[in-house]
Amino acid sequence: MSVNKKEEIIRVDHITKRYDENSVLEDFSLSVYEGEVVVIVGPSGCGKSTILRIMNGLEPIQKGEVTYRGEKVDGKLGSITRIREKVGMVFQSYELFPHKTILQNVMLSPVLVQKRDRKEVREEALQLLARVGLLEKKDNYPRQLSGGQKQRVAIVRALAMHPEVLLFDEVTAALDPEMVREVLDVLLSLAKEGKTMVIVTHEMSFAKAIADRVIFLDGGHLEEEGTATEFFEHPKTERAKQFLNTFTYAKVEREE
Amino acid sequence: MPNLGIEVLFKGSNMARLLGGLWVSLRISLIAVGFSIGLGIPLGIVMTSKSPVIKVITRLYLEVVRIMPQMVLLFLVFFGTTRAFGWNLNAEVASVIVFSFWGCAEMADLVRGAFISIPKHQYESAKALGMNSFLVFSVIILPQTLRRLLPLSINLVTRMIKTTSLVMMIGVVEVLKVGQQIIEANRTSSPNAAFGVYGTVLLLYFIGCWPISMLSKYLEKKWNKS
Ligand SMILES: Nc1ncnc2c1ncn2[C@@H]1O[C@H](COP(=O)(O)OP(=O)(O)O)[C@@H](O)[C@H]1O
Ligand SMILES: [Mg+2]
Repeated sequence: MSVNKKEEIIRVDHITKRYDENSVLEDFSLSVYEGEVVVIVGPSGCGKSTILRIMNGLEPIQKGEVTYRGEKVDGKLGSITRIREKVGMVFQSYELFPHKTILQNVMLSPVLVQKRDRKEVREEALQLLARVGLLEKKDNYPRQLSGGQKQRVAIVRALAMHPEVLLFDEVTAALDPEMVREVLDVLLSLAKEGKTMVIVTHEMSFAKAIADRVIFLDGGHLEEEGTATEFFEHPKTERAKQFLNTFTYAKVEREE
Repeated sequence: MPNLGIEVLFKGSNMARLLGGLWVSLRISLIAVGFSIGLGIPLGIVMTSKSPVIKVITRLYLEVVRIMPQMVLLFLVFFGTTRAFGWNLNAEVASVIVFSFWGCAEMADLVRGAFISIPKHQYESAKALGMNSFLVFSVIILPQTLRRLLPLSINLVTRMIKTTSLVMMIGVVEVLKVGQQIIEANRTSSPNAAFGVYGTVLLLYFIGCWPISMLSKYLEKKWNKS
């Protein structure tokens, strides 16, 4: 690591996040380096979504600082829109814009926010849609698509902005099991391209396959951190072992 | 075949007078609808504010409008202000004021409802794509709000048109009043005029409101494809 140290893109520095009295994150830190895939796992309610939202300036924090390439990430600052162009985010509930076609959903921000040439954006949008197998849906509206298809469009919509980092918050959690694969395959292909990503997921075998680094979170604390093999094969902490156990089932021994 | 008293309508200028009355009704309601939309939309946006002061004031306004029968409001504005402030309001102006006061409150509440029905995630997805507040509002939230608003506001508009029949109570000669006058004037020659005249008034209201309903159905269908 130390020899060819990659550039730090996002830095979450000793932050504290509270909702009213409730502390969600205490003194939490995390750095995301160029080209790496960080997977955040942990029990429900431990603060995974909150971390991603904070990285995108969607949640105020009470202490500490978040920076993107050294620039402060703060939803109240005017610079936030510029940072969000570079930090793409895909949510659990595939929120496409219902009043726009699939193609319009993808083209909207590159054209309106980045003021890029419409023709060029269209070309690229069509290519991206083709890549996820949804070219023929370009003129459909979101409600005519299945959950998995919508989620793939949401990913394409984020990609069309040419983000430097992508944040994925449980993008398959709301999908029927048979649609999970089609979405995760898109993520795997992005990882192969060397995209920088932070992924929150409950799909453990997927996490193991895609992660360069796994962060295990519990009760708003970083409990354990390691490579995918380290974490999944040899978890160090008791909490991580317990957590991983919840995903395996022992064979039922029938009583005679 | 029973005598339906329709022939009265073809006597003299009766039909033209009735149409003139209809125009008075439509004019009052359309001007009031114009004010209600123009003022109700911004007010509705203000009503989505979290400020408790704004909430209480707008809530109070809405409740007053809902509790007060429109007729009482009409009397209050038309006769009441003459007495209390010495204003001599034209009956039609008083009608427009009352209907705007009412329509604006109802419209604002519809707008508020439509806005808060847009899921929070729509705002966040748009923001996450780098849109500033202006773009989020004008490109993502407002168009969706207007679509939800359309059928509800059309309903309000037709309700307002129908309720204008009350304005004859303060002396505005609108379609229903003209109808009554025609019936009165022909009491002896056509004692059955009531059916024909009121039936025609009904038909005229229908002709006034139907295109509006059709337009909304058309727009809904067009937007529903999306
Ligand atoms: N808007 C909110 N208001 C109050 N509490 C919240 C809010 N959003 C999240 N929380 C709380 O913060 C904690 C972490 O939430 P979240 O980050 O969504 O967890 P995860 O994504 O790991 O399931 C939970 O206990 C949740 O109840
Ligand atoms: Mg979550």
